[in-house]
Amino acid sequence: MKIFVCVKQVPDTETKIKIASDGKSIDTSGVKWILCPYDEFAVEEAIRFKEKNSSATITVLSAGPDRVVDSLRTALAMGCDDAIHIQSTENADSFITARALAKAIEKEGPAYLVFTGKQAIDDDAAQVHQALAESLDLAAATVVLNAEYGDGVVRLSREIEGGALEKYELKTPCVIAAQKGMNEPRYASLPNIMKAKKKEVKKMNLSDLGIQETDQKISYSKMTLPPERGECKMISGDVTTAATELVRILKDEAKVI
Amino acid sequence: MKKVLVFCEYTADKIKKGSLEVLSNALHWDGAEVSVAILGAPGKLASLTNEIKNTSAKNIFLVSDESLSTYSPDGYAKAIANLVKENGFQSILGTVSSQSKDFFPRVAIRLESGMASDCTEFSVSGDTIKATRPMYAGKCYAEIDFSKSPVAIATIRPNALGNKELKSGSAEVKEVSANLGGVKAKVLELVAKSGGADKVDLTEADKIVSGGRSLKNSENFKILEDLASVIGATVGASRAAVDAGYRPHTDQVGQTGKTVSPSLYMAFGISGAIQHLAGMRTSKVIVAVNTDAAAPIFQKADYGVVADLFEMAPALTEAFKKALH
Ligand SMILES: Cc1cc2nc3c(=O)[nH]c(=O)nc-3n(C[C@H](O)[C@H](O)[C@H](O)COP(=O)(O)OP(=O)(O)OC[C@H]3O[C@@H](n4cnc5c(N)ncnc54)[C@H](O)[C@@H]3O)c2cc1C
Repeated sequence: MKIFVCVKQVPDTETKIKIASDGKSIDTSGVKWILCPYDEFAVEEAIRFKEKNSSATITVLSAGPDRVVDSLRTALAMGCDDAIHIQSTENADSFITARALAKAIEKEGPAYLVFTGKQAIDDDAAQVHQALAESLDLAAATVVLNAEYGDGVVRLSREIEGGALEKYELKTPCVIAAQKGMNEPRYASLPNIMKAKKKEVKKMNLSDLGIQETDQKISYSKMTLPPERGECKMISGDVTTAATELVRILKDEAKVI
Repeated sequence: MKKVLVFCEYTADKIKKGSLEVLSNALHWDGAEVSVAILGAPGKLASLTNEIKNTSAKNIFLVSDESLSTYSPDGYAKAIANLVKENGFQSILGTVSSQSKDFFPRVAIRLESGMASDCTEFSVSGDTIKATRPMYAGKCYAEIDFSKSPVAIATIRPNALGNKELKSGSAEVKEVSANLGGVKAKVLELVAKSGGADKVDLTEADKIVSGGRSLKNSENFKILEDLASVIGATVGASRAAVDAGYRPHTDQVGQTGKTVSPSLYMAFGISGAIQHLAGMRTSKVIVAVNTDAAAPIFQKADYGVVADLFEMAPALTEAFKKALH
């Protein structure tokens, strides 16, 4: 019973984003890289599934430059069994990434379940899960808050607007994209971190998977930092005076009320 | 000239505000021939055209299939992709929503095309598409090059383009049968959050009143609820308030919560951590109330008051009541 988890390595949320000199990518020097927080829920969910299904093995995959191996090791230390690094470029789009992951899963499969996070917090595209499922011709659900695993079926709830839940029943194999709150990801223990360092990470190239960099469909032609706001106008006076003044400004000057 | 398809969503009997926003803008692009797609079960869709049939859209496609009685990611994707192939659309647009976010990526794979999620700018002029989207939760913006994508697929963030007048004309309504022959996944049941059903979702809200850790407990959020109800706002929260259990995670604004861009964002007792700012910095007007004059939130706010929120929020509620009635 093969379980796959697709993860991405992203800049730490504290990162101050700088634009690189080419004007169309970010300057990655000095960036601290982490396993995407949503992918931690995906890894944890796979491990919990394995704990209840002893025949399951978990393969964690990531497509990206060489640095992503560190995040694969984080997932191994948490409890995944094997890791695959698909060597890909820094700015690969969701189309290439989804296709590459799908091909690798086909090669190593058949999959029983595929887990991902609901979104990577770098490009925030939130596309790879369903794109991957479509490439594999599988059912999928995203933003999943909880899942119950039956025999060949997964019953799950997906969060939509206003905190409402959509209930689904998916036949396996299927793709499940985790939302925050699906579980409480564990910390890897020190011995497991040490063990994970020694594990072999299997390498694949895009070309091994029948994909070329030129298959990319979208690219970034320019990146800019958001415009700085003007200086903050501080409103003084006692509470009633300040409140009245603020309301006047919002109504008459800013015209948002 | 580009043939553009706008996917319109609906709740009950009305087209969603965000969908109308996208459509109203598209109708003003010179160089775009715009059509609409509405998906659902046979015989249920005709009344939805009332709002949009007297517009300059070319066609309104009512695409139906028994299996589309509720939302289905693979069913919707197949239906839209087939419609695009049959009619030669060069762009597919939708408002950002839990549906479009979910199934548009499948459409992209089916059409061997690229997709830009969550655009804050999108326009068509002649043969040129201009699209901009935030990345790193709004810490930077990227312009998208679609030149290698046969179909340019994008979702557009609510409130980003602003509502335009729905240009008048007469759209031709066309009923299309999707012939799906079953779907892999579909919604079996919809469970509304208690008390949350009539509230505008944070991501669609035009005004947001947010509170942080300093609210101290969930009961105290009542003072922000009161303020919000006077101005028709939705209440949001910082992660610290969510982690402390004062508010549900669905209310969290920020890098690991919701990205919002209302016309007014009021932050009460929120320090302005980089992860929080990431989720709300594109708001049109930001107001901050904080006891600490050195709080980082003031560097990103348009208007600031150094005050105790427990005094300021009720005072604002009263001042708004006076000004609005
Ligand atoms: C991976 C990661 C992801 C994260 N994602 C998010 C996210 O999505 N959203 C998010 O918000 N945070 C996120 N954070 C957390 C973020 O770093 C901050 O910890 C959090 O935003 C702080 O919340 P706060 O402003 O409510 O609390 P604090 O930082 O504790 O600030 C409280 C503020 O209230 C003021 N105050 C106190 N009493 C009063 C009073 N009576 N009246 C007025 N003002 C008062 C204080 O001066 C202070 O400025 C994330 C962190 C990490 C590591």
